[in-house]
Amino acid sequence: MKKTVFFGALTVAGLAAGVAAAGTLDDVKARGKLNCGVTTGLVGFAAPDANGEWDGFDASVCRAVAAAVLGDPQAVEFVPTTGKTRFTALASGEIDMLARNTTWTFSRDVDLKFEFVGVNYYDGQGFMVPKDLGVSSAKELDGATVCIQTGTTTELNLADFFRANNISYEPVPIETNAEAQQQYLAGACDVYTTDASGLAATRASFEDPAGHVLLPEIISKEPLGPLVRHGDNEWGDVVRWTLNALISAEELGVTSANIADMAAAAGNNPEINRMMGTEGNLGEMLGLDADWAVKAVSAGGNYGELFEKNIGENTPVGLARGLNGQWTDGGLLYSPPFR
Amino acid sequence: MADLSYVRTEMLAERAPPATSVGFVGWARANLFSGPFNSILTIISLLFIFMVLKGLLPWVFSPTWSATSLAECREILHEMGREGHFSGACWGVIRERWVQLFFGFYPTEHYWRPIVVFILLFVALAPVLFAERVPKKLIWFSAVYPFLMIWMLWGGAIWSPLAAMAGFVIAYYVYKAVSVAASEVLGLIASVAAAIIWWLFLMGPVVSGLSSILPIGLEAVNSRNFGGFLLSITIGVIAIGFSLPIGIVLALGRQSDLPLVKYICVGFIEFIRGVPLITLLFVASTLLNIFLPPGTNFDIILRVIIMATLFSAAYMAETIRGGLAALPKGQYEGADSLGLNYWQSQRLIIMPQALKISIPGIVGNFIGLFKDTVLVSIIGLLDPLGLSTAIRADAAWNGIVWELYGFIALIFFIFCFGMSRYSMYLERKLKTSH
Repeated sequence: MKKTVFFGALTVAGLAAGVAAAGTLDDVKARGKLNCGVTTGLVGFAAPDANGEWDGFDASVCRAVAAAVLGDPQAVEFVPTTGKTRFTALASGEIDMLARNTTWTFSRDVDLKFEFVGVNYYDGQGFMVPKDLGVSSAKELDGATVCIQTGTTTELNLADFFRANNISYEPVPIETNAEAQQQYLAGACDVYTTDASGLAATRASFEDPAGHVLLPEIISKEPLGPLVRHGDNEWGDVVRWTLNALISAEELGVTSANIADMAAAAGNNPEINRMMGTEGNLGEMLGLDADWAVKAVSAGGNYGELFEKNIGENTPVGLARGLNGQWTDGGLLYSPPFR
Repeated sequence: MADLSYVRTEMLAERAPPATSVGFVGWARANLFSGPFNSILTIISLLFIFMVLKGLLPWVFSPTWSATSLAECREILHEMGREGHFSGACWGVIRERWVQLFFGFYPTEHYWRPIVVFILLFVALAPVLFAERVPKKLIWFSAVYPFLMIWMLWGGAIWSPLAAMAGFVIAYYVYKAVSVAASEVLGLIASVAAAIIWWLFLMGPVVSGLSSILPIGLEAVNSRNFGGFLLSITIGVIAIGFSLPIGIVLALGRQSDLPLVKYICVGFIEFIRGVPLITLLFVASTLLNIFLPPGTNFDIILRVIIMATLFSAAYMAETIRGGLAALPKGQYEGADSLGLNYWQSQRLIIMPQALKISIPGIVGNFIGLFKDTVLVSIIGLLDPLGLSTAIRADAAWNGIVWELYGFIALIFFIFCFGMSRYSMYLERKLKTSH
């Protein structure tokens, strides 16, 4: 009898949940908090400070979405996820969106049934070697020992690259970036390979950064972007256009400094007006307030400001814009128009 | 006898032993330099210790307490003329983050709650640990403590823990009523059923009703805000507290004459022992999410605590079964011959002796379980080890490894060493074979 009751309760809970899960946007509004999956810690992208406030490039995307939907960039529950738990956390509804330097790949998009709403950082796998090694190209690495994080796409990319160039290598498997730093500095491997942004951050933490060089070859495409579940297109639109608003704001010259003026009254640029909600009803179409984009950009600034603040050239990570520049500057960032 | 030239007539006063056989010198001669081989070994060991300390101490004693970033630490060391990768520790990270390492993301204004809970833990443990030195009545506090702990840590209305406790009271009275009216077995079944019905169906409405009338309570704290040692200790204490009684029941069940009970217990124990803890944690964090209906809010820490408790209970059962098996058969027969029933004989004769025999094993299990709690960092919970990754992701501290691990290891050592010393004290106290 107890069993029947138990299954009965489960069924009721399931039905109730089925109704409740109708719209993520409504859920988030009802909850008053955005559950945003981030990494357990990656320099420049997401990390808690001494007061437990999450900060970083990925965390800023969460805050922008929270600001757009709830009007408060602080209304985010950051859920740290590991490489192993991130997809189930999203699929099960534990988090509303995942902004965890996750590479957009075919199988993740199609087979795992997620929706990548865009790209917030174009990364690629690179190599770091000590200067003393005297290597200037990855193709000269024949016979090298390579520190590589196991169970990641970088491992497969590495095997592909060395096979395609018909050279050999000896992998030194490691689990975390911290372990890799120690192994590499201790000389356990000649080369450390991971995403170029990670290499830059790692090199910046060395006692003598100038003693190590990043090789020019980038051997993979790693477009990192926020993602949501399949099947809730309204929510996907909200996240996608929040990201696009950040990118467009930079393109259109809207910054956290001048946005208050621009949003106060309609200006000369109709696209800015539409985005700021002083013209048209784009916010209403998304199911948000008219000034949703104003709040999103005010949360931390436009894309360029977020980049400079978290991972730009003046930060310890020290990344150049490169591929992540606006299309007008020769980069790949190209937001569809707000119309 | 006349040519006897000298006879001492008085006792010689006691003389101090030669300086070479007492004190440090004597000890060293007896233990360290008792022969050429031992002397060589001693010298080699001393050299080894010297080399280790020579490398370690300058690193440990490094005046970087006030630094605010790794770069600043290096600057301080550089100014002192100390260069190189291991020239000195960067303790600034501990100064800046030790609070976070202890409390995780727990709201600052509520820090008093975990602190009070931690202090009360010792009050609650006193009747168990030092039974003869505290008033007997204190055991009631120990019984209430688990509910108090959960309520104070997570907050919420005071009615939830009270209602949860009421479940046990209901179970007790149902058991009494039914066992008087019918049989004891029926009473047991009825009481369990009543408690489950209360917890699953009646408790919710009652609690929300009472809360709306009398909203007394503490501000709720989300599980996600638990972190650092607070998380480890919470999981450890709750799992330790629940795994011992469950383990005792399982151990008794395994020895039961009822085939159904016996095989359920054996199956459970062997299944859990055959699966690594990390697998269970993955089940808790990912698989359960998929099986449960979407939107079910089944707290992640609760899931982890349940898994850790079950895991530890299976090992505990085997440890206690060892104690039961070590008891001479005469003890069981003696209990029977006194006319005690099963529960009386277990409570008065068997368990006190069996548990005493198993103390080292039980404490070993406790220590193992406490240290196993760091495995939760694999499923994305920020326990001390998980937090060390997060701290390293701060651009200011990226590249710091040993300082954080060393600090975490030290705290864990203090806890585990404390437990181990206590178990030795307990063994001495309970020793009855003279």
